[in-house]
Formats: sequence, C-alpha cells, structure tokens
Amino acid sequence: MMERLFFGAVATVLIFSALMAVGTRNLVRAVLWLGLTLATTSMFYIMLNAPFLATLQLILYTGGVLSLMLFGVMLTRRSNEQEGVEVHNESNGQRRALPIVAVTAGLIVMAVGRTDLSVAAPAAAKPEIREIGQRILGAHLLAFEVLSVLLLAAMVGAIVIARRKDASLEGKDDPRDRAAALPGSRLSSDRET
Amino acid sequence: MGLESYVLIAGILFCVGLYGILTRRNAIGVLVSVELLVNAANINLAAFAHFGRGLDGQVFVLFTTALTVAEVVVGLALVILLFRRRKDILLDLANGLKG
Repeated sequence: MMERLFFGAVATVLIFSALMAVGTRNLVRAVLWLGLTLATTSMFYIMLNAPFLATLQLILYTGGVLSLMLFGVMLTRRSNEQEGVEVHNESNGQRRALPIVAVTAGLIVMAVGRTDLSVAAPAAAKPEIREIGQRILGAHLLAFEVLSVLLLAAMVGAIVIARRKDASLEGKDDPRDRAAALPGSRLSSDRET
Repeated sequence: MGLESYVLIAGILFCVGLYGILTRRNAIGVLVSVELLVNAANINLAAFAHFGRGLDGQVFVLFTTALTVAEVVVGLALVILLFRRRKDILLDLANGLKG
C-alpha cells in the first residue's frame, strides 16, 4: 500500500514536470522543470534497486546537462528579446503534432496490453555495484572503449563547431549580421563565411 | 509495483517528449524534449533490468547516459553556431539548406 502511494506520487511529479518542461514559454523555466523531471527519475531508479544509476543521474544530468543547457539558454538569448518571443507553438503546429502523439500513445498502450509483463517483483536484494563495474570492463569492454572514442569525438566536434572562426573578422561581420537579423531577411544563412 | 506501471509511465513520458519535439520552435526547447525521450528509454531499461533479474540493463543505462551527454554537448555547440550566424535559434526559420 505504502509503495503504491509512493509510486503514484513520484509518477505524478514526473509527468507533471515533464508537461511543464514541454509547455512553458519561458525557456529557463522549461530547463528547470526538466531538472525536476530528471531528479524524479532518480527516485524511480532507487525504487528499481539501482542506486548507482540514481547517483549518476543526479550528478550527470541534474548537475551537468542542466547547467550546460542553462548556459545555452543564456548565451543565445538576445538582450532586447521579450520572453514571449520564444513563441512555443502556433495552433498549426499543435494540430499537426497531436495526431502523431495520439497514434504513438495508442501504439504503446496496445503493445503493453498485448505483452505479458506480469513478472513477479524480485525479492529485495543488495544492489550489486561491484558487479556492474566488472561487467563494464568485462563483457562490455568493447562498447566502453568505443564510447570513450565517441566522447573524444564529441568534445573535439563541439570545440570546432562553436569556435569563432577568426577574431579579426568579427568586427566587420557585426553590422551585416544585425541587418540580416531583421525580420524577413534570410540572407545571413546563405552567406559563405 | 509491477513492470507494466513502469513501462506505462515511461510511455507517457515518451509521448510528452515527442509532443515537445514536434511543437517547440526553439532549438534548446527541442533539446529539452529529446532529454525527456532518452529518460523514458532509460526508465524502461532499468525496469526491465530489475524485473528480469539481470544487470546488463543497468550497464546499458550508463552507456546511454554518456551518449546523451555527448549529444547535448554537440547540440548546444550547433545551437550557439546557429545563433551566431542568424541571431535567433528558431528552427522553422533556419532554412539555409533548403534547395
């Protein structure tokens, strides 16, 4: 009974915060709601006897990804921009999105309904963090190494993409960029830099 | 709680994220929604690992976590590049590759 209540409460917070993260106009608030979603997910991990994942979730997502995203929001916000400019959706977009979401939801519910998922919950066991480490460096060693290469590639790629091309050209570029940012003008993206 | 409840909650979370991807105009809003999708998948993996009495699911969650972090880093770099070129990050206005 107690467990059911707790599960319901955590699930409610999870879904509500996810809805807010998707629905708020203000992007900073959306990112903070996402943080609540990610933190609540770690509750699920604890209920699923995976405390290592819960810790990692809090450190990596709520600590790392969230602050990165906040940096992103604040770096890309124009100083003269009103909050409302980040207009989230015209009704047109909603009308197109809702059928797709409805079909996906129907498919998920159908799949869950048709599959036999009635597995008895395992008896409470001690979480095996040592075993996880041994599996990562044992059976899944190749995936681990590939992942490290991928992280290196992502790091190099992020630096190359986000680097300023040439500091001396920035001053000359500025007025053109500002002119190109006027509504209706699409020239800036076509320009070769 | 049974396995179905976890799978259904993850399904709802996935649908919410999908809705966000389809309706957000702002690139960072889309990244937020992608996080929700990955999170739903992670909950499923952890749930199946728990109820299947194995640990490989948990190891898989670790890998997807690392993948997502890499994706966010590259995505934000692209967003910043887009902002520098166009002074906005509204995706429906970014049509520079249109033929």
